[in-house]
Amino acid sequence: MDRFRFVLFRPLQLLPVLIGISIATFALVRSIPGDPVRVLLGPRGTPEAIARIRQQFGLDEPLWRQYFYFVENLLDGRMGKSIVYKIEILDLVARRIEPTLALVAGSVLLSLLLAVPLATLAARNRGGLADHLVRLVSTSGLGLPAFWLGLMLIILFSIHLDLFPVAGYGETLADRLHHLVLPCLTIALALSAVLTRNLRASMIAELQSDQAMAARARGLSEGQVFRRHVLPNSLVPTINLLAVNIGWLIGSTVVIESVFAIPGLGQLLVRAIFARDYLVVQGVAMIFACATVTVNFIADIATALADPRVRL
Amino acid sequence: MRAGSLRLPLRLGRRYPAFGLGLGVVGLWLLLALFAPLVAPFDPILQDGTIALQPPSPAHPFGTDNFGRDVLSRVIWGARIDLQIAFLGVIFPFLIGTVLGTVSGYFGGLVDTVFMRILDVVLAFPFLVLMLAIIAILGPGLASFYIAMAMVGWVSYARLIRAQVLVLRGADFIVAAKSLGFGPLRIMFRHLLPNAIAGSIVFSMSDAVLVLLNGAAVSYLGLGVQPPVAEWGVMVAEGQGFITTAWWMTTFPGLAIVTLALGFSLLADGLGDMLGVRE
Amino acid sequence: MSAPLLSVRDLRVSAGPLDLVDGISFDLGQGEILGLVGESGSGKTMACRALMRLLPSRQVAVTGGRILLGDDDLAALPEADMRRLRGHALGMVFQNPASHLDPVMRIGDQIAEGLRLHRGLDRKAAWAAAIDLLAQVGIPDPARRARNYPHEFSGGMRQRAMIAVALSCDPGILIADEPTTALDVTVQAQILRLLLALREARGLAIVLISHDLGVIAQTCDRIAVMYAGRIVEQGAKTDILRRPLHPYTQGLIRCQPGEDGGGPGLPLPTIAGQPPSAGEMPAGCRFHPRCPRASETCRREMPAPHALEGRIVACHHPLTGEVP
Repeated sequence: MDRFRFVLFRPLQLLPVLIGISIATFALVRSIPGDPVRVLLGPRGTPEAIARIRQQFGLDEPLWRQYFYFVENLLDGRMGKSIVYKIEILDLVARRIEPTLALVAGSVLLSLLLAVPLATLAARNRGGLADHLVRLVSTSGLGLPAFWLGLMLIILFSIHLDLFPVAGYGETLADRLHHLVLPCLTIALALSAVLTRNLRASMIAELQSDQAMAARARGLSEGQVFRRHVLPNSLVPTINLLAVNIGWLIGSTVVIESVFAIPGLGQLLVRAIFARDYLVVQGVAMIFACATVTVNFIADIATALADPRVRL
Repeated sequence: MRAGSLRLPLRLGRRYPAFGLGLGVVGLWLLLALFAPLVAPFDPILQDGTIALQPPSPAHPFGTDNFGRDVLSRVIWGARIDLQIAFLGVIFPFLIGTVLGTVSGYFGGLVDTVFMRILDVVLAFPFLVLMLAIIAILGPGLASFYIAMAMVGWVSYARLIRAQVLVLRGADFIVAAKSLGFGPLRIMFRHLLPNAIAGSIVFSMSDAVLVLLNGAAVSYLGLGVQPPVAEWGVMVAEGQGFITTAWWMTTFPGLAIVTLALGFSLLADGLGDMLGVRE
Repeated sequence: MSAPLLSVRDLRVSAGPLDLVDGISFDLGQGEILGLVGESGSGKTMACRALMRLLPSRQVAVTGGRILLGDDDLAALPEADMRRLRGHALGMVFQNPASHLDPVMRIGDQIAEGLRLHRGLDRKAAWAAAIDLLAQVGIPDPARRARNYPHEFSGGMRQRAMIAVALSCDPGILIADEPTTALDVTVQAQILRLLLALREARGLAIVLISHDLGVIAQTCDRIAVMYAGRIVEQGAKTDILRRPLHPYTQGLIRCQPGEDGGGPGLPLPTIAGQPPSAGEMPAGCRFHPRCPRASETCRREMPAPHALEGRIVACHHPLTGEVP
């Protein structure tokens, strides 16, 4: 069946992009001026370590061969060691990934919880006061700097109302969720601005569509038309919109993790830049790029499965 | 200055209120930036420990920071840097992306295929992450920010213009220009580009919002503009340490970013309506 | 004719100051097919949308007249009561089945939807009824087809499915707005035959809206000809087609290829000029600027509908006693 072939062969199209990502990150670190050993080991490498690195990365050989060593190492799961943490980068990433995943998931969930009711309210009262308010808020939401919004929420909810911790990440699950509320809300407020605008527009289009009229003609109430026909049809493009914005979302987590001192991948990236821990920068950038590509890939498949019209 | 040159923006403002409001807000910040030495009541980097962390008062409407610097003056001087960020951060990607996109779309074939693959790879990275990685290599600073911005930001413009060029490439007037024996350079930049550019111009306005926010965020992280220069993102970062006691240090520079960003958004919306371009 | 099922009197539909439908009256009897014919913009679609009270926007409203169905006046019914009649008393089939079916809902679910929401049938019973309805509208292998999505159906099958959706709650009246216009000619004939068969099987009364006299001629018992928001002539199909009394009806019939106008090799005759738009209706008879028989009276006075030779005509100079 076509659908099956699509799911099977679509991943092959990822290959050129993944190769491109590896070339880009390889080139990134190699373009640092100076001795690559110093870059990879930091200023305090022992002679043994220097010799080992030279051998592992083939630093005495031509550049294209170095690239193949790099890919070979990658496929073995070796991205090199962090200068600061002295451990394999993949291990480091594994320790740091949970807060970032939780932050992204929480933000998406929260933004949908905000955007769907707001867009519904605006679309069903088109041209009314609620509609104008929602449009105004979502337009200004696009221009809010996330780092500043986070601090404003801290001033309001943590300092004045004392409802949430100022920063950090807890030990127990409940504690962690408690710590994640404000960071997630910060990102969700900005993300829901984009989602609300688009969702409102597609809901309005669906409300005026022929098929909504036909549903009314068979006696469905406005509420039933909305729930059963308008909502499902306008949510399909929203999946794609979320996927398109995943890069922006990851960028926001990088900033927000710094604002709220959350020990995730983003904070790791920023600290690695200051510490000149280049292999960590390389590794995290590569992980983020692969995540972006994967999410878009999954969204493609999800859209295809959710929307029977998509011809595969 | 001829009287007509002032009347046009006024008339546009009346017909397109969003555009008018945006023009007003951005114009106001431009004037403040231009006349910062005259408008700002105090020196933005002069430290005076005796008046540190004072809340807003008639003498210091936005309060003072931990070094006793007047926050209002720093916000006004900051407009210079942040407007420069929005302008240069848009113009470099715009020029690079437009030229590359036009050439790639016009010639097609292998050039275009390779070009599209490069585009895919740049787009695979989260925008801010790739920028930070490039800044990591170049070292923190405003110059690094501009270079990183140019290296990452051009793809949107290239994609936009390429799509337009692909449509227009077969248009009758291009065929006519070719039949007159014009060279590819002339056809691309005198005939194709003027017809394809409207969408990019509208996009550049909404892109200015993103560039401004990115520039402020990078500076907030400590990787862009360096203290003691007054820049809004830097000021928010400096205020974070005093957030429990001096809310004004973070609030006002942030509001400055919000208003300028909103101004650009409204300009983009209005310009889109005027040129009949929807994103 | 016994008491009509549906009786429309002086129905007026306006968009602000403009009258889109300007006081039309007609009756629909049990098991009867009434053809509403006219050029696009004549108000026929607005008229049938008004019957369903499904006008395209808030600016367009029923501003006068009555729509009598049993004891109810649909023009004055509260929206909640009107909604209960939609699908039950009145079903509707639209011109473009591709856009009027929900693309992300299976055909069977769309047919079953009304049964489950209005009749309270459980999922299984509604699904079985949906399959039965698909069979009635002539979809082969209905049990399998019910699980398809609209895009997996051909144009003709989509229209059959839409008819099944409209008939799911067993309405007595079906309003079909240009049901065959978007279809191939061969498929057109099949859908028209289906409508006739459904009339026989269920005693369904149908209002068939079309700009195509050929379609009307194949199916209808009676015809109402609309021009510029008014009905200019109505009566039995055979009478009207054989001997039109209104010059506009005559013009319409002459424009039909293969009827009695322009033979092979001759250009098809047309009615000179354009129909007026709602904003700039001419005084007097609205057809007079295009009418070969127009007189001074026609330019001044709006002709009132009156009975003539077994039908109702609105014309100062009907074509009586003439052979067209």
